[in-house]
This record gives sequence, C-alpha cells and structure tokens, in this order.
Amino acid sequence: MDSVPLSSNVRFRLNGQDVETTVGAGERLSETLRERLGARDVKVGCNAGDCGACSVLLNDETVCACLVMTQQAEGQQVETVSGLVHDDPVAKGLAESFQDHGAAQCGICTPGMIVSATALLRRNDTPDEDAVMNALGGVLCRCTGYRKIIDAVMKAPSHLAHGGNAGAAIRRLDGRDKVAGVEKFGDDVAPPGTLEIRVIRAPYPRTAFRFGDLDAWLSRNDGMEAVLTAADVPGRNCFGVIPEFADQPVFAEEAARFRGEAVAAVVGTPEAIRAFDPGTFPVEWTELESALTVTEARAEAAPLLHEGRDGNLMCRGFVSCGDAQGALRIADITVEGAFRSGFVEHAYIEPESGYAELVDGRVEIHACTQAPVMDLEAMEIILGVDRSQIRIVPTGVGGGFGSKLDISVQPYLALGALKTGKPVRIAYSRTESMQSSTKRHPSELKVKIGATGDGRISGMEFSGAFNTGAYASWGPTVANRVPVHASGPYRTADYRAEAHAVHTNCPPAGAFRGFGVPQSAIAQETLFDELAERLGIDPLEFRVMNALEDGVPTVCGQVFEQGVGIKACLEALRADWRMERESAEAFNAAQTGSLRRGVGIAAGWYGCGNTSLPNPSTIRAGVRADGTVVLHQGAMDIGQGANTVITQIFATVLGIDARRIERLGPDTDITPDAGKTSASRQTFVSGNAARLCGEALRATILRHVNAAQTAELEFGNGRVRISGDGEVHEIALRELVRDEFGYVFCAEETYNPPTRPLDENGQGHPYAQFGYAAQMAVVEVDEALGTVKPVRFAAAHDVGKAINPMLIEGQVHGGIAQGMGMALMEEYLPGRTENLHDYLIPTVGDVPPITTYILEIADAHGPYGAKGLGEHVLVPTAPSILNAITHATGVRMRSVPVTPSKLREAIKGKNNDG
Amino acid sequence: MSYFSPTSADEAYALVGETGARIIAGCTDFFPALRAGEHHDPIIDLTRIKEFRGITETASGWRIGALTTWTEIVRSDLPPAFRSLQQAGREIGSIQIQNRGTIGGNICNASPAADGVPPLLTLNARVEISSQSGRRELPLQAFIKGVRSVDLNPGEIVSAIHVPQCADDLKSTFHKLGSRTHMVISIAMVAAAIALRDGRIAEARVAVGSCSPVARRLPDFEVRLSGMTPEQVATLEIVANPDLSPLSPITDVRGSASYRLDVVSELCRRAVLAACEGN
Repeated sequence: MDSVPLSSNVRFRLNGQDVETTVGAGERLSETLRERLGARDVKVGCNAGDCGACSVLLNDETVCACLVMTQQAEGQQVETVSGLVHDDPVAKGLAESFQDHGAAQCGICTPGMIVSATALLRRNDTPDEDAVMNALGGVLCRCTGYRKIIDAVMKAPSHLAHGGNAGAAIRRLDGRDKVAGVEKFGDDVAPPGTLEIRVIRAPYPRTAFRFGDLDAWLSRNDGMEAVLTAADVPGRNCFGVIPEFADQPVFAEEAARFRGEAVAAVVGTPEAIRAFDPGTFPVEWTELESALTVTEARAEAAPLLHEGRDGNLMCRGFVSCGDAQGALRIADITVEGAFRSGFVEHAYIEPESGYAELVDGRVEIHACTQAPVMDLEAMEIILGVDRSQIRIVPTGVGGGFGSKLDISVQPYLALGALKTGKPVRIAYSRTESMQSSTKRHPSELKVKIGATGDGRISGMEFSGAFNTGAYASWGPTVANRVPVHASGPYRTADYRAEAHAVHTNCPPAGAFRGFGVPQSAIAQETLFDELAERLGIDPLEFRVMNALEDGVPTVCGQVFEQGVGIKACLEALRADWRMERESAEAFNAAQTGSLRRGVGIAAGWYGCGNTSLPNPSTIRAGVRADGTVVLHQGAMDIGQGANTVITQIFATVLGIDARRIERLGPDTDITPDAGKTSASRQTFVSGNAARLCGEALRATILRHVNAAQTAELEFGNGRVRISGDGEVHEIALRELVRDEFGYVFCAEETYNPPTRPLDENGQGHPYAQFGYAAQMAVVEVDEALGTVKPVRFAAAHDVGKAINPMLIEGQVHGGIAQGMGMALMEEYLPGRTENLHDYLIPTVGDVPPITTYILEIADAHGPYGAKGLGEHVLVPTAPSILNAITHATGVRMRSVPVTPSKLREAIKGKNNDG
Repeated sequence: MSYFSPTSADEAYALVGETGARIIAGCTDFFPALRAGEHHDPIIDLTRIKEFRGITETASGWRIGALTTWTEIVRSDLPPAFRSLQQAGREIGSIQIQNRGTIGGNICNASPAADGVPPLLTLNARVEISSQSGRRELPLQAFIKGVRSVDLNPGEIVSAIHVPQCADDLKSTFHKLGSRTHMVISIAMVAAAIALRDGRIAEARVAVGSCSPVARRLPDFEVRLSGMTPEQVATLEIVANPDLSPLSPITDVRGSASYRLDVVSELCRRAVLAACEGN
C-alpha cells in the first residue's frame, strides 16, 4: 500500500530537476514549493483557488498550487514561472511580450498569468481572444485591466519607442524581475523557518474582551514564543496617517471597534502557527451593541466610537461660492437625487506581508507599502524610539491602490522582533486582509443641480455623508476632497457642497483611488445626463458647453490661466460618441429579444497632490567613480510605473538614456523621502524633484569644466565625456573626491507644489494642477436578466505630457476595470464577502476593448508639462456605465453596484409603471 | 496523523472505515473550506485509484468514474445529451479548478450551487456507492439530501456516476447566470435536455440549480413542455406554480429570492429553446 505517514518524503520533478523534500500531512503544494524548495516565484493570494496567483503546471496542466496536496505531486512534473521563463521557449517569448506590452504592472499576478498562458500556447500557438480569456480566466489581476495581457499573449504588435527619454513608450525598467518571478514581494523576503506571527482579531463589529492567563497559555503551547498585546507597545498604542486625527490602536484595549480589529498576536515557529487554531486563544468576548451605518451611528442612542467626536461625526468638508440656493431658484429646470454606494475593497492580489529583524540593535522592517517614510514616522511613535533606530525597506508591492498607505503589518513585525529578539514574518490571509484593511468610503449623497433653458448650469447643492468606519485613516481627506471636486470639471458659479465623515463599527474607510471623488462623480455626472435629456441637448455637447476653460474659476475660486484640458477630452470622444450612439440605436431598433445597447459618457477631474497641504518630494542622484549614474528613486512603485517614469524624467534632463541609470529604491536608510504614492502626485511632484535633481547634477558637471549648457554627456569607464560647441572635455572620475555617499558628483533637490489654504468657504488654491478625463462606455443590457455587459470603452485623458504612453494606457485600462467593478459587482459587506469568491472583481472575460486617447495640454507646473493620472482613470468610469444603462433601458440607477438583481428589479418597475 | 494514498479500491475501503477519516480527491473544495489550525487525520487520497477514474460506455449506458475531472469530461467524446454536463464543466471555477475538481467531489460537496448537478439530474444520473460490504446505487436526487449533506455512510465511497442510456436525439444545454464571466458562483443555472420529434417536444428534462437547497428537476414544467413546438416555448408564460414549484430560492449577496425566481423562468425558456436547436 502506498501509505504515507505524517512527515514523509515526497519526490517529484520541479522545473526539470528531481527534488525530494519532507512535508507535513495535508500540506499545500504552494507552501512546499515556497518554503521547502525555495520557489518563491509561486505567489499566494488567497489560498482558495480564487485568484490563480499560485498557478503552476502539474504534468502540463495549469493548477492552483494552493489546492494541491503536496503528496499528490509524488512522481509528477511541476513547473513554475521561473523555470518556464528560464527553459521553455514559449514562456521565454511570453516574458518578452509581457514587457513589450506593459502587461505586468505590480507583477504579483504575472507568474500565474505566464504559467496559464504557457499551458495555452503549448496546445495552441495562435489562440483567439476567447481562447486566451478562457485560459486566463482563473487568474485575477487588479492593476492592468487585462487588455495588455491579452495583447501580450496574442503577440499583438507593440508600440515601443527606441529612445528612453521622457515621452517615449519604453519597457518598464523593473519589468524583467516581474516576468521572471524574481521580484521579492512582502512575503518573499523571510528565510524559511522564520518565526511567524498570527493576529487575533475581534469576531464582532463591537466587542469587549478579556484575556485569560496568557503566560500559562504560552507555556502550554510548544513552539509558541511570544504573545503580543497592547501591553507590549513601548511607545504610543496609536497610529493614523493624519497626525491630528490619529486614533487607531495597534492592539485594541478592552474593547474592539470593528470586526477584524487586532487585539493580540502570537509568535511561533511555522509548525506551531500551522497547528494554531485562533479559537483556542484565551480571550473572552462580549459582543456589544454596534452601529454599522451612518444612520445608525448618527442616532441619539448610538454608541460613541471616540471621545470628542460627538454624534460620531469625525469631520466636515465645505466649499461654497456664489449663491447656490438663489441660482437653483431661478434655474429653468432642476434635477435632484439621492445616491448610495457601498464599501469597495482594494483587492490587491498581494495580501499585506513582511519580515523584520534586529540589526545592530535597530529594527529593520521589510514590507509592502506605499509610503515608507510615513511608516517610519508611525513606527517611531509606536516604538517610542528615535527614527534613527528604525529602517523601512520596502519590498515589491503587489498592488496598493491607496490601502497600503496606512500601516498594517509593520507594528506586529517590529514588536515581534523586539519581544523575541529573533527575525519574524507575517502574511495576512485573504480574509484577514479584507477584514482589517481600509476600504473605499460608502457614500450617501443628496444632490440638486439646476440649468438654464439654454443649457448652462445654474446652481448646485451637494451634501454627502461618508461612512468612515471605526478609525480616521484618510477620512478627513475624503471629506475635504469631495466638496472641492463634486462640481465636476464644469463652470459652476453658484455652488454649495458639504461632506461629513461619520464613524461606524465598520473597517476603517481610507484612501482608495480617487478619495471619494468617484462616488461624487456618480451623482453629478448622472444628474448631468438627466439635465441634458430634459433640455433636449446631446449629453456630450451639454458637457462641452459647461466645461471649465482657462481663466474660468473653479468652485474654489481658483483660476487656471493655462492647462485646463476637459473640453479637449470631451471633444476627443465626439466622433466615437456619435458613431456608437447611432449604432446602438440601430441595434435596439433591430432587436426582437431582450438585449438593449446603451452608450454613456462621463467626465472627471482630479487635483494632483495633497489638498492645500505641503507635500514635498526629494530626489537624490550621484555619479560613482566608475562612471555609473545612480538615482535614488524614492517614489514607491506599486505597479503604476514610478520607477520608469521618474527615471525617464531624470535621464532626459541629465541627457542620457534612462536604461543606463542604476536605481536605488526607497529604503529609508539610503534614499530621501519622495513622499507617498498617493493623490496622483508621483509623476507631478517627484517627477519635478527628479527634473530639478537632473538639472542640478548636470549643471555641477558642466560647471566643473565650464562646458556649454547644450553639451552632451557620456558616462562610463571612470570618466564623463562632455562634448559640445566643438569642445570635448573628459573628467577622470577616480581622481575626484568622494562624498559621504561615495559619489564624485551628487545632487539632491526638493519640489513642493504651490498651493494655498482653503478659507472657511473652501476658497483658495487647493492644488497646483488638475488632470482631466472623459470616458465613454458602451454596454449591452439583457433586460430579462438584468445583466450588464460592457462591450467597449473609449477614454480621453489629458495628462499634460505622456512621459511613457504605454504606462499611461496601463493606468487607464486598470482604472476602468476598477471603475467597472465598482459600478457593477463590488460591495464589501463585513462578515459576508470576506473572500474573493463572494467579493467579485472583474476577470479577464469582463473587460472589453478600450480605446485610449492621450491628450497633452501641458501644465506649467508639471515636469515637461506632465499631470497626474493614477486616480483620474476611474472617476468617470462608473457614471459612464450608469449613463449607458439609462440610455439602453431608460432606468436610472442611483445605487452601486448595479447587480443583475437590482437592475432587473428597476427594469420591472419601469415596465409596470409604463 | 497520517496520509494514505491507496492505489486500489479494496485498500481504500479498508481505510475509509477509520474514525475521522477524511476522503480527498481534487481538493478544490477541501482546501478553501479549511479553517486556520484545522487538521484531518487520517487523510485518504483517492486520486491514485484507477478504477474510480475515466468514462466508459456500459451495457446500460455510461459510467463516469468519480475521480474523473471536469477537464476530462469536457474533452471526452460523449452523446449530445451530455453536452450540458460538458458546458457546465467549462464554467466550473476556472481551468485550474476544472483540471483538479472531480465529478464525484462536486456531488459529495453538496453545494446548492454545484454546477455539475443540474446536468446530471437531466441525465437521470445514479450514484454508485462502494464499500467493503459491497455496492449500492441510488438516484442522484436521493443521494444529495440537503445543503452539504449526502447519503453516505462511514466506510462508503462514491465510486462512479451512472447515466442510463438515453435517446440519440436528446440534446442538452446549460445556462449559468453569474455576476461576472469566470470563477463565479451561480446566481441560478438551468440544464435542459430536449428530444424534438416532428417539430414537437417529445421528451423534456429540465433541472435548476442555486434556487433550492438541492438542485431540482421541474416535473410539472416538463409535462407542460411535452408536445410543444419551439415557437410555443418562445412565448410560453412560465409560472411560479406549478412550473417552478420545486424551487425555494433564498436571498443572499448574489441576488434576491424573487429575482432568482424571476430570472429562472427566462433561463428555463432560453435553455429549452437552445436545446431544441441542438446547442
């Protein structure tokens, strides 16, 4: 009999090599590969077969390694992405093609994608789109919107540029490691056998708790080395991204305020943690009455979440100009509505994870993050030590989208390392990640907009309540941003908008691509369609008529004399819009069944950088004695492409090819603070710092030999060659003095965008620049089932200057996919959709072709005129889909997600009325 | 604690009688349901038992070994009545799931949303259950007793599914409704098998999943369909009672109960029409 006892040897072929290892009974193949055989290229995103990141080939067939028991692989052949890309010509080709198309952004899904595509191409080397979708349908990607991946697998022609300067579509400079499975993400750093941390979390939305005898528990449990609670926090048991609102404990004390909140953590050997059932931890819970919605939390008898925040009101944002009420009174028509949206989960495929160790008495934290220096500042307070005692070394980030701005695993890692004196690691399970990380704010909006008979906006009133969850996180930012943006990019002279952030016993709502603006755009942009319809004006032309222009004040009274690109965006879509509207109407006229086509348009704007607050970036660069140019690139690349874009800007100014520059990452010991990757600020703000730094470095070198400004630089072999105006200089670098960083030439520059504070009416200069966007959605609605299938998008984005057009398209595609998810399928319900099969995000089969129009209305403040883009890309998506649904069916959906169930009910309601 | 991987059925029968034995195969339901710190002892892995694998034609119809994966079912050359089963196989999870998940596991897991069950119900599938003391067979409808509950005694293993011979002109189709394209738990699904003779429905079998604790056939509806032309089906009003009376949908995150009943009638019509057209 082939019976195998608990710890037994398993033999199989891994990437062409015979391997033998000891495994525990019931061990997942993914764990064996990663922890016993060093195959960290196999990524774990869900441990449930929902994300496909761990896909490997088992005897030529794609499987989720998390769903295979290692013993089942005995005698079989296993191939992972690193082996395939190294040895298999099909996979090698895919690795190149993925880079040529920008098909890997953060790269966490890339191993699963390449493995799945290899299995397909081995059987069928010219697959059609359906075959590709079918083969990749089991791998989720949250960054790319899948279209570039489809192109890469189908070997569509790529449009790479030859040079590497600003404006050129070049491959990502960090792409090679992503496609080869070599990039190290948060859970890929720790050596096998490292002590692991498991967090104990509150099972109820609000609960009191009492620990039993923790010391006794610890001594009873072999392999458990420490228990961590609030008592172990040496500094303040409190963190928060906005210092004046900091309110979140590392470990709750006495009572927890949301389901999933940490109350303790255990540290143990991998074996002990694997055997650990959190239900056996000595803690007694007493569920308390909770408030889960804004209405519940605002009720008089509601439990108060935080002292000093009466009525659970955390903060308020307000903008007012002109006389909104008066303008609405005299408007020829007005429209109004109440709108709602739910929690949206970021659903990056990499759960929060990291590693920490003590080195020479200092704590070093390796973890995925969007904001290393903010992590450092938070840890300084939590640990109660000087920041010189802490080092943050960001790992690769498998998607962030706002949520990895807040600290997550960092305190547990630091406390675990300090208490045990040993290296420790942690990786959240998918459910932990979903329960405890921040979400997009649910919104309840009341909006009224008026217009004159000839189609000019005449007054707008906006009032929004945002469920900000148990802790502040970025709630204040949402409350401030929304009133500034809720008018949309339109001339709105009479305006009043207020937003409230209200605490509830839900997970903290924080930053998610757009900071509340996607929610407010849904209300404003769908009401604009209603106005246009009532006025008998084409929806696109109505928007063009009202679009902001150079010299026209925004609702904050800010006047941009240049760079206002919204009209250009709308006009760029005009031809597609007319064609698609006509074609939809013809399609519907010919229909005998229940399918209806609709075409919708929506626009958006987004201010780049912090709202009226300083947000400087610093970039350092140097030249080593051997002639290597080194860029300290501190702008976290979370997949969006900062590593490439910032380097392109710097290289262009310096005058060399971006691909020749050596990059050092945002390790807080070696690289200055380039601020957080947030608010669509990196290309604009860090890009400017890189530009200034490049200029300074170039000037220093030119000054050294008094060369002309236009001189050309060549670095290498211990020399810089400077040629121009018929003169050639050479500097022998090894003869020069080296500075503290080891550089013979060095420059460091800071850029901080010029803003002015908002007054009590929200008047001021909140941002130095806005970016602008318009998108068109074409959908097919099956009226009998209530299903909506987007069949095409066209997107026009004013980016000022496209530093890398391929990466721009990647942002647009990814934003549209997330906007689609928000519009049609995504709602996080605590306790009910805490995994990736109940919480649905779009798959490769859901995202239709996208046409991207890149417009370059240069901005005076942007590097080479560039504007931010990361968040603009999903602002218009959901409203464009809602407007398309209305065009197709005549029903107006004011609550997202528009699930088939909800839409069908609305369609039936319309039919009954009619 | 032990892991056993028997290579013959007889070895397996001897093992599964042990207290607490956990039987596994494709593991596509086993691992996702595993809670932190949960352990099973012993684990009996059936996947090396050749007798439980593969599709064979028998004197009375077809035998599908319980370990047959969805990919194997999808790639097999089977009569038109099995088309709905193959279509369902293509929509189960993803390729990754289809490559591992087995038909036996799908029915033993007894999820109300098991995509394999409605097609098997239209095939009048019977479940072959084996143990040391012999073999018994019962209709699939009787085998699945409720949500996560099957008629399987300690020491017993589902070894195969039997599909009795059916008419060559029985054609089938499977319609699944979900909120996205791939990897989606069905809101509702319908399998229909129709034999059309002289332009009229001579035989109709319709089963609905995700709308009751266990997927159900719709006997009253099937009787009503008998003798109809496809044109009549196209305009047929399908009513909750008696057509859909076996169904008792619930409201959950995927859709409301009333929505499910509402769309099921449309899905039934579409599935029957598609089966009439042979696709």
